[in-house]
This record gives sequence, structure tokens and C-alpha cells, in this order.
Amino acid sequence: MSSTRDEKATRIRHFLATEGDAVAEGTRGFNAGRYESVGRLDEYEELKDRARAIKEDAIERLPELVDQLRESVEANGGTLYVADDADDANRYIREVVEERDAETVVKSKSMTTEELEVNDELRAADVDVVETDLGEWVLQLADEVPSHIIAPAIHKSREGIAELFETTFDLDEPLETAEELTMFAREKLGERIAEADVGMTGANFIAADSGTLLLVTSEGNARKSVVVPDTHVAVAGVEKVVPSVTDFQPFVELIGRSGTGQDITSYVSLLTPPAPSPTVEFDAPDVPMTDGETNREFHLVLVDNGRMAMREDEQLKETLYCIRCSACANSCGNFQSVGGHVFGGETYSGGIATGWETGIEGLDVAAEFNDLCTGCSRCVNACPVKIDIPWINTVVRDRINRGEGGKLDFLVEGLTPDEESGGLDLGKRFFGNFSTVAKLGSATAPVSNWVAGTRPARRLLAKTVGVDPRRDLPSFQRETFRAWFERRGGAQVPAARARREAVVYPDLYTNHVQVERGKAAVRTLEALGVHVVVPEVPSSGRAPLSQGMVSTAARHAHEVYAALAEHVDANRDIVVVEPSDLAMFRREYEKFLAPKSFERLDMHSYEVMEYVYGLLHVGAETTLLSTPDGDDAGVAYHSHCQQRTLGLESYTVAVLEDLGYDVVTSETECCGMAGSFGYKSEYYELSMDVGEPIREQFEAADAANRTVVASGTSCLEQLDALLSRPTRHPVELVAPR
Amino acid sequence: MSAGTLSAFERSLGRLDVDSTRTVADELDDALASVTLDPVVGAPLPFGGCSLPDWVRTDPTPAELDEAKTGVTAAELAVADYGSVVIRATPDATEQVSLFPDVHVAVVRAADVVPGMPEAFERLAEWTADGDSAIVATGPSATADMGALVKGAHGPKEVRVVVVE
Repeated sequence: MSSTRDEKATRIRHFLATEGDAVAEGTRGFNAGRYESVGRLDEYEELKDRARAIKEDAIERLPELVDQLRESVEANGGTLYVADDADDANRYIREVVEERDAETVVKSKSMTTEELEVNDELRAADVDVVETDLGEWVLQLADEVPSHIIAPAIHKSREGIAELFETTFDLDEPLETAEELTMFAREKLGERIAEADVGMTGANFIAADSGTLLLVTSEGNARKSVVVPDTHVAVAGVEKVVPSVTDFQPFVELIGRSGTGQDITSYVSLLTPPAPSPTVEFDAPDVPMTDGETNREFHLVLVDNGRMAMREDEQLKETLYCIRCSACANSCGNFQSVGGHVFGGETYSGGIATGWETGIEGLDVAAEFNDLCTGCSRCVNACPVKIDIPWINTVVRDRINRGEGGKLDFLVEGLTPDEESGGLDLGKRFFGNFSTVAKLGSATAPVSNWVAGTRPARRLLAKTVGVDPRRDLPSFQRETFRAWFERRGGAQVPAARARREAVVYPDLYTNHVQVERGKAAVRTLEALGVHVVVPEVPSSGRAPLSQGMVSTAARHAHEVYAALAEHVDANRDIVVVEPSDLAMFRREYEKFLAPKSFERLDMHSYEVMEYVYGLLHVGAETTLLSTPDGDDAGVAYHSHCQQRTLGLESYTVAVLEDLGYDVVTSETECCGMAGSFGYKSEYYELSMDVGEPIREQFEAADAANRTVVASGTSCLEQLDALLSRPTRHPVELVAPR
Repeated sequence: MSAGTLSAFERSLGRLDVDSTRTVADELDDALASVTLDPVVGAPLPFGGCSLPDWVRTDPTPAELDEAKTGVTAAELAVADYGSVVIRATPDATEQVSLFPDVHVAVVRAADVVPGMPEAFERLAEWTADGDSAIVATGPSATADMGALVKGAHGPKEVRVVVVE
């Protein structure tokens, strides 16, 4: 292992051990809550579409909306300042605070002020800055940075917080329960709010038409911070502006559900400052509040800091639609294990952080954690504004690849020609060109498998491309799936007598490694009266795409479409066994192919069990397939991340149940393998930790005797590593014996 | 507002552990007496025919605000789907009265309960266009930052709703 890999692995191991449990409990709880809460919402998809449309329109018209907002804010008696960058914003905020002779500023949690590091600027000017969000205050006392967008101290346990309070405040009696800790914090912070001169908040949204801010909170600290002092400074990214107050509505219904699984947070403030509420002068305790003259002052600081440039960047622009709800973080297997202190960048965290950090801090910051996105796509449906977060990660990975430079390795360059510039990391080149590796592997099997299994070869693989020695490698089959199909004489159901005609797509793994599932797919389809062909089709491009090799992936897309177009024209269905390849056809190819080509391939492609489901539901007999024995203990089924994102898990379950199997499905978001990710030495332990929930579930009493089936190659390999019993693809279970 | 909307509102409040009482304008004093803890501060109700009893201290000082166990305010709008009450900020310190004491009692007219957020935002858009501010409050304040859900992080620990039919 190289030293940087070693360092990375050590760092991940450290955070797994110190913060992993608290982060896992918090994020998985939020994520489960999200499913429940959006499940109660009849018009969830429509709300997402509306939210997306509002953000698309707002970002498109942003300069015009900012002008309108300036008029609204000034008409209300406030001030709008657009800051170019962090220094500019900090200078302005400091000047406002100094003009008020403020000694204490109370803050309500704001990620944008974290981005600016405004606390440091104010402290340098001898101003006391107090975070009033309970989690944020805990971090301020501990001198730490947030690890989560909305639950900044998610990595801290109750015991840890109790200890921190005890030492910081030199308490005689330790605080124990969450209630005691919260009430202690309420009292302490209440004193600070009472004496504060300036209240500072973020803003979740800002309406250009009226100058109204939308603030989403549960604790009430933002309300107190705004209503007690006479000066309010709101700091927000310029992307938070939307046209009107009515545009807030879908977000109000989506943001709490997406973030923590609350239908709505306790408080949604619509502030059109300066508010008519009187200030609260605790140093004049006996003067009725309404007697004083309310001379409120309001400053809105809109921060550009790279955002307007992101708006011009076709790929990063979507990042600006982000409403910072944290659903992408909470639904991410890797984030659930290590949290934002490993996953995140300087400020933002979770899947979308790659976009934010690239736009705000630069590629070098984004590069530090971009690898933690495995492209599993589980965040895609979780995002309330439908941002294709894995795509942003892929694009950034591509830019990192191209930007890093470095010397060429001629051996690898010669072995694996591709469209990418030289200087690509060797590991990426190896995994990205797995199609070449697989061809060589099959051609030289079983020698290749034996060689790959020897100690010197494993050491070389570890050293050059970073494959962890603890991982079993795929075992290449000498006879490929296609060769088997040719040898048996091709199709056994003649086209003339067939119910339908189908291409079984010989994906890389089915063709070279998981050959049995290919054979099972052919036998199953033929049993149901389908004329099957297995033509030569290039690999989908999933492997290079995962490594950020976008132009190589694009070339694969064009070649795959060229090879399949004639079959589609001949009205043959395209049946895909490997879910990550089907996801290419249905999702990523939209970025590469002409719209009509994409649509035709998308329309004609099916996941193999989805296809079997279709055949059974237009009249094919279930008796033609394998059914369970009388004493069958049932099936434990793990779908595949991308397959679940496409909504295809239910077809496999339905087919198995139609055939009489009792099925339980995995509850975890991701098995933790995700293509090449789990092979890499620096991520091996993280990968195994992400897989822990599925191991626990499938080894529990009600699942321990069940047959384990999984749809994806990576999932099968991870399950093989996690469990002590064999795994199969579901089509192998149903294929006629 | 239909009877269905009002009962949907009450069901939502039930899910939030918020007690609700139905009354009529003439009996508001008694209804409030049964849901408040002394000392009580309040902000005048902007509803015709409805006023706070004289034992509610309106126009409070900061000291009275600090000592009050209950704050009574109007909610000029409520959302049935969510059990939310909407408090408009006024020079009468409505916002403070609803925020500082441990118990917040919101007085809602049945006619002001709307079914969902789309209807609520129609009215909120009118208010904000006039320069007003409002809080959509759903249940008591809460936090889970200390390792378990606790009610009353900074705002009230308990919310009670009185619906005037």
C-alpha cells in the first residue's frame, strides 16, 4: 500500500472507531424517518417536480431576481449587500457589528457563515460570538467543526456532551439525561441571547417579491436571536433567492421530511424585516416592551463566493438547486459509517458536497473526498430537487483526473488504450479498463486466476493499483457466456415459434465471471418461449465512468448503441442481467446519446427479472420455472443500489413470490461494495463496515437459513465476503433445472 | 372551512400531543382558565367579538415575560394537514409572548383553519406583501441534539390550542 493510501486508511479507521456509531445511529434514524414521512405525502413526486422547476427558473433568472430583491429589502427599510467572496462578506459583517458597538453576537446555525468563517473575523475584532443552535454550541465549546449539514454534532454521543459540559462549566453535579443537558443549554444560551446586541441567522429561502426570509428551525433559537436584539444580520448564499413567497410552499413541505423525517419542523419563520415586534430590553426589566421605540435594523448579506461562476458551469449548475436538507448524506452508505469529518470538504458534506466544494473551494478540496461517492445512486431519489448527485461526482472526478498531471505509465497505457489523457492514477486506469482485464483473464484462465491468487501477484496488484489483499478476486471463466451460447448452437427457440425475441446483453461480468447467471437467464427466457440471441456487444462503459473517465464511457455508449440499434429495429427486447449496466442504459446514456437513441434503448431495455415478470404477467406459465421444495426456508434477497433507484426491486420479489418463495429483502441502503470501491485497500474496512447491517440482517434468526440471492456482481462479491453461505443471482434460482 | 377541515386539524394536533379545546366567543374566558398556568401574559386578540380576560397580563414587561408560565396569543391562520398555528408578528409583542413562556396557548377561529399548505401560503403571500412577518408553528420547540428528543429547547415546552367556533 502506498503511503497516501495508508494514511487515508488510517484516517478512515480512526473516524470509524471514534464517530462511526453515533453517526450511524443518527443518519440511519433520519433516513428511516424520511421514508416514513414522504410515504405519508400523497403528492410527493409532484412536490419534487415543482420544487425542481422553481429552482431551475430562479437560478436561470438569478441576476434579475437579486435586483428585484434589493428593491424589496430597501423598500422595507433594510439593506442588501452582495458580497463577492468570503473576505468581502466578513468585512461587511464586521463593519455592521462595529457600527452598533456590539459586544455580543448571537447566531442561529448557518452553514454559509461556516463557509465564510465569520466567527473568526468577529472574534479578531473582539466581538463575542455565541452559537445558539444546541448542536452548534456544543461544537463551539469543543472547538470542533460541524460534521453534518443539519445536525452539526451528530458525531457526538450524549455521554460525550455531558463530559464536555462538566469540564467547560466546572459543574458540581454532572448532567446526565438529554433533558437535563438541553435545559442547562437553554438557560446558559438564554442569558447570552438576553444580552446580545446583534442576531445573526442564515436563510433557507428568500423571496424576491417581498424581501421575506424563510427560516426553518425546531429549537426556537433563530426566533429568539432575531426578536430580542435590535439588529438582525442574515447571511445566505445568493442561490437562496426564489421569485415569490408562494414558491416557499413546496419546500416547506419537503425540507423537514427530506432532512430528518419530520413532516414539518416546529418553526417555519417568514420574516419580512424589520419586524414590528418590539425588542426585548432585559436590562430594563420593568418597562413594558411596547413602550420602547423599536428601531430595528436589518442587513441581508448575499454571498457569491463562486456561485455565479457555478451558474455558468453546465455541470455544476445543478448544485445551486440544493436546499441543504442533508437527504443525500443520510441515505449514503459511506456517510452513514464515517460521517462528514471523513466524507465532507471544508464546509459542506454528503453527496452534494462535491459540487459545493468544487465551486466554492476548488477541485483540490473536492478531490480529498470525491472518491467516497461510489456512484450507487441511492441519493438520487432522496433529493427533493432531483439533483443527479452521482453525475456531479463523476464529472468532478473526470476533472480531477485531467487536472492532476503526472507521468505516464507506458505499460498500462499500452495495455489499456482509452480516450483519457495520460497521468491518470494507475488504480483508476486498471478499474476503468476492466473490460480489457476481463478479456485477458478469460483468455488465459485458469492460469490467470491462479496467477492472480499468488502472493507476488497480489502484492503487485496491491502496490500498483491498490487492490486490497484481503479481497477475493473475480474468478475468470475460460469459456465465456457468449462462447457457451455459440457452442450450444445459439437459440433453441426458433424465432418463428417464439412469443418474443430478446437479446441477452453479455455484460462484462456475465460474460467473463458470472457465466452461470447468463446461462440461467437464457434457459429461463427460452422456457418461457423467447427466441434469444447473444450478440457481441461492447461493455457498457460503467467501469470507466465509475473512475470519472467520462469520454471513454461516452465512446462505450456510442459503440453499445451501434451494436444494439439493429436489434431494437428488429423489435428485439434488450435484457440486461447486471443492474449497473441497465442503469447506464436508462440513466447515464442520456448524457451521451442523441435523445432519440437514448429513448429507444431506454424503452427497449429490461432488467432480467423485470422481463421475466412481464412474461409471466402476459400469460406464461409459472410451472415452466423452478419452484421451491416443500421444506424450502425461503429467500433473503439483496437488490442492487442502482436497480432500487430505478424502482426495479419489486419485480424480482414478485416473481419469486409468484413461484412460491417466501422472500425477505435487505433493509440497508447499500451493501458497501459498489463496483471497484470495496477492492481498494484504503476503503476495504469502510466497505466492510457499510456491509455490516446486511450481514446482521441476513444472519439473524429469521433469515439465517434462507437462500441468499443478489442482483449485482459487486453485491454478490460483498455478500460472499460478509456471509459464510453461498450467494446466487435470482435468475439462477428460477431457471428450469 | 368545512367540519372535515376542523376535525382534520384536531387529529393533527393529537398526533403532535397538542391539546385542543373547542369553545365559543362568550365562553372563551372559561376555556382559557382551564388551559393556562399562572402567571399568564398575552397579546390582544385581533378578532371581533373576542377578547382576552382581564387576568391575562397584556403589554408585559421583560420581567413579566420571563416569569410567565403561559403566553396566550391569537393564531390568525391554522393548517389542518400539519396541525400548525400561524402567529403574525405585531407591535403587541405577540411573537415574544408565544415564544418565551413554557406553555403557549394559541387562540384560533374555526374559520381560519385551512386544509393545507397551498391554501395557507395564499394568505401568507398577502401578509408578507404588506410587509408582515409570521411564524408557522407546529407543536412545541424541540431538539434531538443531546441524544434524545427533548421538548422546549428555546421555545415553549407545550402548546395548547383553543378553537373559537
